[in-house]
Amino acid sequence: MATKGPHNEDPNDKALNKGRREFLKHSSLLTALAVAPPHLVKAAESALDEKAAVYFEQVPLSLEVNGVHHKLSVEPRVTLLDLLREQLALPGTKKGCDHGQCGACTVHVNGRRVLSCMSLAVMQEGKKVTTIEGLANGDQLHPMQEAFIKHDGFQCGYCTPGQIMSGIACIREGHANSDEEVREYMSGNICRCGAYPNIVKAIADVKKGGHKL
Amino acid sequence: MGKNFFFDRNEPVPIDRVDGRAKVTGTATYAAEYKTQQIAYGFLVGSTIAKGRIKSLDTKMAERAPGVLSVITYLNAPKLPGYQTGKDPSKPPTAGQPLRIFYDNEIFYYDQPVALVIADTFERAVHAATLVKAQYEKAVHQTELDANLSRAKVPTGPRFEDYKRGEADAYKNAPVKIEQEYHHPIEVHNPMELASIIARWEGKEQVTVYTKTQGVEATQRSIAAAFKMPLENITVNAEHIGGAFGMGLRTWPYEIACVMGAQKIGRPLKLVLHREQMFTNVGHRPETIQKIGMGATTDGKLVGLTHEAIADTSSYEEFTEATVNISRFLYACPNVTTRYRLVPLNICTPIWMRGPGEATGAFALESAMDELAFALNLDPLEFRIRNHSDTDPERNLPWSSKHVKECYEMGAEKIGWKERKLQPRALKDGDWLIGYGMGTGSFGAFRGAATVKIKLEPDGKLLLQCSVNDMGPGTATMMTSIASNEMGWPVNQIKVEMGSTNFPPGPTQGGSTVTSTVGAAVQETCTALKEKIAELAGKAGSAFQAVKAEDLKFSATGISLQKDASVKIAYNELLTKNGLAALELTRESKAKQQQSYSMYSFSVHFVKLRVHPPTGRIRIDHVVSCADAGTIVSPKTAASQMIGGVVGGIGMALMEDMVIDHRFGRPVNNNLADYHVPVNADIPPVDVLFVNKKDPHTNPMGSKGLGEIALVGVAPAVANAVFNATGKRIRSLPITPDKLME
Ligand code: FES
Ligand code: FES
Repeated sequence: MATKGPHNEDPNDKALNKGRREFLKHSSLLTALAVAPPHLVKAAESALDEKAAVYFEQVPLSLEVNGVHHKLSVEPRVTLLDLLREQLALPGTKKGCDHGQCGACTVHVNGRRVLSCMSLAVMQEGKKVTTIEGLANGDQLHPMQEAFIKHDGFQCGYCTPGQIMSGIACIREGHANSDEEVREYMSGNICRCGAYPNIVKAIADVKKGGHKL
Repeated sequence: MGKNFFFDRNEPVPIDRVDGRAKVTGTATYAAEYKTQQIAYGFLVGSTIAKGRIKSLDTKMAERAPGVLSVITYLNAPKLPGYQTGKDPSKPPTAGQPLRIFYDNEIFYYDQPVALVIADTFERAVHAATLVKAQYEKAVHQTELDANLSRAKVPTGPRFEDYKRGEADAYKNAPVKIEQEYHHPIEVHNPMELASIIARWEGKEQVTVYTKTQGVEATQRSIAAAFKMPLENITVNAEHIGGAFGMGLRTWPYEIACVMGAQKIGRPLKLVLHREQMFTNVGHRPETIQKIGMGATTDGKLVGLTHEAIADTSSYEEFTEATVNISRFLYACPNVTTRYRLVPLNICTPIWMRGPGEATGAFALESAMDELAFALNLDPLEFRIRNHSDTDPERNLPWSSKHVKECYEMGAEKIGWKERKLQPRALKDGDWLIGYGMGTGSFGAFRGAATVKIKLEPDGKLLLQCSVNDMGPGTATMMTSIASNEMGWPVNQIKVEMGSTNFPPGPTQGGSTVTSTVGAAVQETCTALKEKIAELAGKAGSAFQAVKAEDLKFSATGISLQKDASVKIAYNELLTKNGLAALELTRESKAKQQQSYSMYSFSVHFVKLRVHPPTGRIRIDHVVSCADAGTIVSPKTAASQMIGGVVGGIGMALMEDMVIDHRFGRPVNNNLADYHVPVNADIPPVDVLFVNKKDPHTNPMGSKGLGEIALVGVAPAVANAVFNATGKRIRSLPITPDKLME
């Protein structure tokens, strides 16, 4: 199993912090001492604020994503969705609302469907996350991916990763016994392109295929 | 039906979406997902008033927050040269002065951006945005259409003057007549992908953007105008668009803000709108109040039709659409009057939303047709057939093709129209009332200009390039399908690259024009390629002396003579003999000046639904949608496009409604939990039927557009079915349960 280091060891981040310090120094001078409390200027000079920020704001996190183990250090307010998209370079999981209202961000956590925008990254300690990028086995697509192509279960493709992750879970949960049931249990995933009838066909097809999902 | 494919040569091979694999594996890259070193994140702060001025802005706290790189407001924003010249810096699709972001302290609508906070992480930008404090000098805002009808005005320009054919308001003197008012609220496009852009300057002169636009060249021109830069210094990429439905038909202020911000901080900048901001900052389908007066003879012949519409626009631009135009040509009627007015409100400028004005207009017109048919005691289908326009009564031209009657016939058959009763409330299933309804749609079949570059590799791989992009209907699939048919090549030998200003110019994706425009260009370029191959073959060996393209059989590996398959040459040999590494050619293609036909696509939608009177609940049981869209080039994606339009139309009919609290001029349901769109459980099986007959005049394939007609006519079909089920005529969308509860 591969292990990736914490994202914040990226040399870019050092440059980034430096930029921040210079900015603070600069802006502190410009806005004059009257508005900038002396301790702030001092902190900026010695980069203490950044160190303090890192100390207070970052929490260690270790989790597995698509079979890859990650040891990270993240701010507690980072959502699983933003962690995947912005820090782990896995933008296949989509952001449609950031409010748990659309399903675009659906991933599997320990095999169950979860809205990653509603889950803080730090809550995933020790868990196994599967995203759309982790479904195929090399060139061999997952049956649900195949079925979506076969039944044209999408247009723009933006809701698709969420639909596919949800569709797999829908079958696993035993909620794909009829088209009505699929429609009901897939209603947390909005498709604004309106691919619903084809999504139902794709899921029914996979269910009928009896694959182990 | 369905068998005579284009070019009258091959059977239709319904091909899978060529970008399907990328989309199901999560590797299709959307605007916000491009990897760029050192990227910074922006977040917009919006005004909390709907009209007035910014009195003061305190950004100090935000600037001092960890990770913040810059806070841009009108006080410190770089002065964009294009903004200084006043009029139309971004060449909008509207008359007026587009909003110049961070230009001055004036507020035109609620949530108008007043600051852009830029930080090194998304979370830090979002947090710092909460620290920006603004104080306002409020002015009295107007956001209510109904309360401002006295300010309605005729839009600028000759296209929007009142239209009169025959006698004005002649319906009033007809033996049987109706006169009704129809209303629909603001609808918001709400594509699943949020409005997103990344801007990256390379040095001081060059900028690259990845953005959610339906036209990369249009965006390139807008940025050029705002920053007064040469076009060639601006690269715009939009390979995959997560839906747009019209929202990407112009360059919005947030996009200019991002380019400005990236320039200011000297780093690449990503700006993604929040879902709430999607309701306030990137347009909407305008709220519209329509009046229809319609009269007929007792035997059901239309005598007069008057269609009036009043819609909202912003206080700084005039947004217009063809709301009333459909009434001028859809039916044969000697006396037609249309009037179109706008009311400026303190709201963001609207933008065309799928089906645009035609969908709005068809809701009123097709509801009214149903009402008058009922008044005449006639089957609404029969009433339409009696008033079928055999030629275009507006322009006095023959149709390039029109197969609406076939649509009526096949749709009626499929939905089981003969079960329908003329009288409402006649069909029951337990507690539920059953109803059938139908509606007609139409949209102009336009064709623009496109340039396609084609490249033949020695191994028989074909590469097609065009700047056009795809918000979902399947542009690349359509292009591949046409090339595959024209060349006789298998689909997997053909690759399409698009969605970037790096490629030859193509049209904006909108107005149902892409297949006609780009498809024709692909076909013409393929034809030219075949001719070029024939010419090179002539030079390559005596066996092919003076051959023409039609003498050759083209395969994916090489060519042979039609009359003697043993005389053949592989492409690699052909290219080598001509001293070429590959064969490239580029063709521009556009419609010939064509005034002698009137070109429209048509659709007919049939709906069967049930209403539960005690709760007012509506369940749609079945939809059948028939399209007269000429040759269907890519059957599989075309069917999905139709289904998508139907779903959008059901949303329009039953749920979509952005509610504004007029006391504050702000939306109250600006999120996807409170602004309802159809979900899977709302959508019944949808059958799509294509007439699939070649239009002899639109373009070489004989196709007509599909994107709009998929939605135009759906909402009235639902409303008419509700009437048939319940006897209640709902003239104000959406048809929510409270309007039907008994
Ligand atoms: S982004 Fe998570 S539910 Fe919409
Ligand atoms: S495919 Fe576009 S939102 Fe579902």
